[in-house]
Order: sequence, then C-alpha cells, then structure tokens
Amino acid sequence: MTDEAIKISGKKGSYFIDMVKTLLPEGGNLNLCLTCGACSSGCPATGLAGMDPRKFLRMAALGMDDEIKASKWPWMCTMCQRCIYVCPMKIDIPQLVFNARTLTPREDRPKGIRDSCDMALKVDTCSAMGCSVEDFEFVVGDVLEEIREADPFWEERDLQAPIDKEGAEFFVNQNSREPMTEPEEMAPLWKILNLAGVNWTYGSKAWTGENYCLFMADNESWKKIVTMQTEQTEKLRCKTYLNTE
Amino acid sequence: MYEYYAKWIREGKLKVNSDWNKDLKIKFTVQDPCQIVRKSFGDPIADDLRYVVKSVVGEENFVDMTPNKSNNYCCGGGGGFLQSGFKEERLAYGKIKDMQIKATGADYCIAGCHNCHAQIHELSEHYGGHYPVVHLWTLICLSMGVLGENERTYLGEDLADIYPPNVYLNED
Ligand code: SF4
Ligand code: SF4
Repeated sequence: MTDEAIKISGKKGSYFIDMVKTLLPEGGNLNLCLTCGACSSGCPATGLAGMDPRKFLRMAALGMDDEIKASKWPWMCTMCQRCIYVCPMKIDIPQLVFNARTLTPREDRPKGIRDSCDMALKVDTCSAMGCSVEDFEFVVGDVLEEIREADPFWEERDLQAPIDKEGAEFFVNQNSREPMTEPEEMAPLWKILNLAGVNWTYGSKAWTGENYCLFMADNESWKKIVTMQTEQTEKLRCKTYLNTE
Repeated sequence: MYEYYAKWIREGKLKVNSDWNKDLKIKFTVQDPCQIVRKSFGDPIADDLRYVVKSVVGEENFVDMTPNKSNNYCCGGGGGFLQSGFKEERLAYGKIKDMQIKATGADYCIAGCHNCHAQIHELSEHYGGHYPVVHLWTLICLSMGVLGENERTYLGEDLADIYPPNVYLNED
C-alpha cells in the first residue's frame, strides 16, 4: 500500500499522458479505460518486460512517468493496433507507446533502428541500408539485362525497370533489402507489371519503401523522408504512389 | 498493392491459374500485414488478398488462420522490432503467430510485407516448423509460368523444380 500511495502522489509532477492527449483527436480516448483487459488478453507483447497494454495505460494515468520512461516495453510493442481494434472504448494505446519512445533521448534509442534512420537521412535514396542512386541504377540494370538475355520471351515483351520515367502512372517503391542483398527478388514484380501492361517507374531518389525514422519516433526525420518521396513522385508527375509492401 | 493484383486478375490482364497445384495440393496460409489491413484499408483489402491467393494456389488449397483479417495477430516484425535488438522478446512475441500458422496445417505461409517475411521466416526456423515463407509475387509468377530459376530462394523443395507452362506463350 505504501508503494502505491507514493506512486500515485507522483501524479502532480506528471505530464506525459496529458501531453499525449493534446496530440490526439479526442485525446486518444486515453481517460476512458474500463480496465476490462481485452487489450492485454489479445496482445502478443503482453508479458514482455513485465508489461502489458492495460498496465502501461494505467501507469501513465497514475503519472508513473519515470517508470514509463525507464521501461523498454515501448520498443517491444509493434504498434499493430490490435488493442484498439478490440477495445470497447477505442483507446489509442499505440500512440501512447509511440510517444513514450520519444521520452528516451535519441542517442539512447535502440541502435539498430537509429542507425537505419541515420543512414536513410544520409542518402538521396532514403535507403536504410545506404544504397546510393548509382548502386541502385547499376543493380537494377544488371538484373534486367540478365533476364532479357536469358529468355527471349522478355526481350520480346520488352521487360523494363524504368527509373525516373516521367509521366508514368505508378511510382513504385522498393524495399532496400532486394537491391542490397537479393537483387533477383526484384524481378517477379517487374514481370507482373509488364504482363499487366502497367506504366510504372522507380525514382532515382527516395525510392525506398522503409522508414525507420518513423519507428524511431523521430518526427522531423520521418516527415522529411515522406516529403522526399512525395516530391519525387510529383516531380515525375506520377498519379499513384504504389507501396509494394 | 493487393488491390491492384486483384484488379488485374479480374480484368484478365494477369492470367494466373491454379492448375499447377491441382494434383500437388500444397496448402497455403497467408499473413495479413497489420500495416495494410488493420491500420490502413481494413477487411476489403484482406478479401482482395485472399482472392489473389485463391486464384493462384486454388481455393481448396488455401487455409485461413484464426483469427484473421483486421483481427489478425501481428507477427512481431513491425514497428522496428526487427532492428531493436530485443531478439528474445521478439521471438516470444511471435510465438502466438507461429502457433497460429502451425494450427492451419499449411505447408507454406505467404507474407505480404518485408518485415512479416523476415520475422515469420525466423519463427519458422526458431520454433522448428520449417514451413517455407514466400512472397506473393513469387507465387503469382509461378502460377503464370514465368518464375525464373534465380527467383526461387524461398520456395521449398516441393516447388523448387515446378515450372508450369508460360500462359502468355500460347496466346492468340
Ligand atoms: S481494452 Fe480498452 S477499455 Fe479494456 S482495458 Fe484495454 S484500454 Fe482499457
Ligand atoms: S499495438 Fe502494442 S499494445 Fe496494442 S496489441 Fe499491438 S503490440 Fe499490443
């Protein structure tokens, strides 16, 4: 009991949940919890780091900001939103989690995510694996040539993997994993687009499908990447941004 | 992306068919990516995804997970979990997904997103299920007879040497 009283008294100095409420429409419904537990019982992250979504929300409501800041659990919740889906009050726990990630100073956030975000910010392609414009153009051209040489069918169908084709209908994004580690896995999609008669293009810049800055909860940086993707799509006058994920 | 695959199949542009699996009867299940289904487009896109999968592997060879679509469990590959360094916790998170997949009895799990693919692939190895995890584009190309030799990394042994006829060659 003593413990409990001390923790609740911390409420006076607590701003975290109030801060998050101001960011969300309807305050994310964060003060409507019925403590029914539907969220926790259907959350795959329940039990990790001694936490579950209901408990996390209760701790925030009780003003246990220090404990929330110290917990690694916000990095184990995938923000998959299943809890909102099953919650009778549609409480936005994932946004609470997203904002809890910002409580950790940038340099202390998980290195793997931070490195991927930083790398994407360094290259025009926004590739989290640091794939440059030149590398991308080379590897795409290389795979394409190989397929066309190996099978006259694709020569006949004029299989292409255009980069910066202006006025194409679709701007197609690409996860870095293929060009960097398994380039031949790009080809099936090209074949599908060719056979469906689709007018599409990659961009030399901002072709990346991934955005680790978002997972980092680095708002300025993830917005920068999305802006670059939008700009490249508009520059090429493509009608539709096609997410291949 | 699935809504376009579905559209192009409906319009007859993508001539997929499931004849190759009539006798093989290889069973497939599919992971609904949270990002696309629950978080963005909801059940209609999950239905399109199923339409594509069934067109490609055969209606009778598709087994759904329970729960599914918007109510599906996340596999644990999202939100940066794969890069966060918490491997043990990530595998624990994915246990429920692995059990869900095994409960379908399917030979393959189709993953529609890169994070799901990497995570479920690792779950399949870690928990000993050893079911192959494939991208949808691989199966679409396979079914049309245009999947190349180098594009089969994620197929299991049972499909590694299956080359159905190229449906676009016998046109006219
Ligand atoms: S499902 Fe909603 S109402 Fe129930 S405990 Fe979780 S957050 Fe509270
Ligand atoms: S968003 Fe986080 S808390 Fe909610 S169900 Fe998914 S993993 Fe659990």
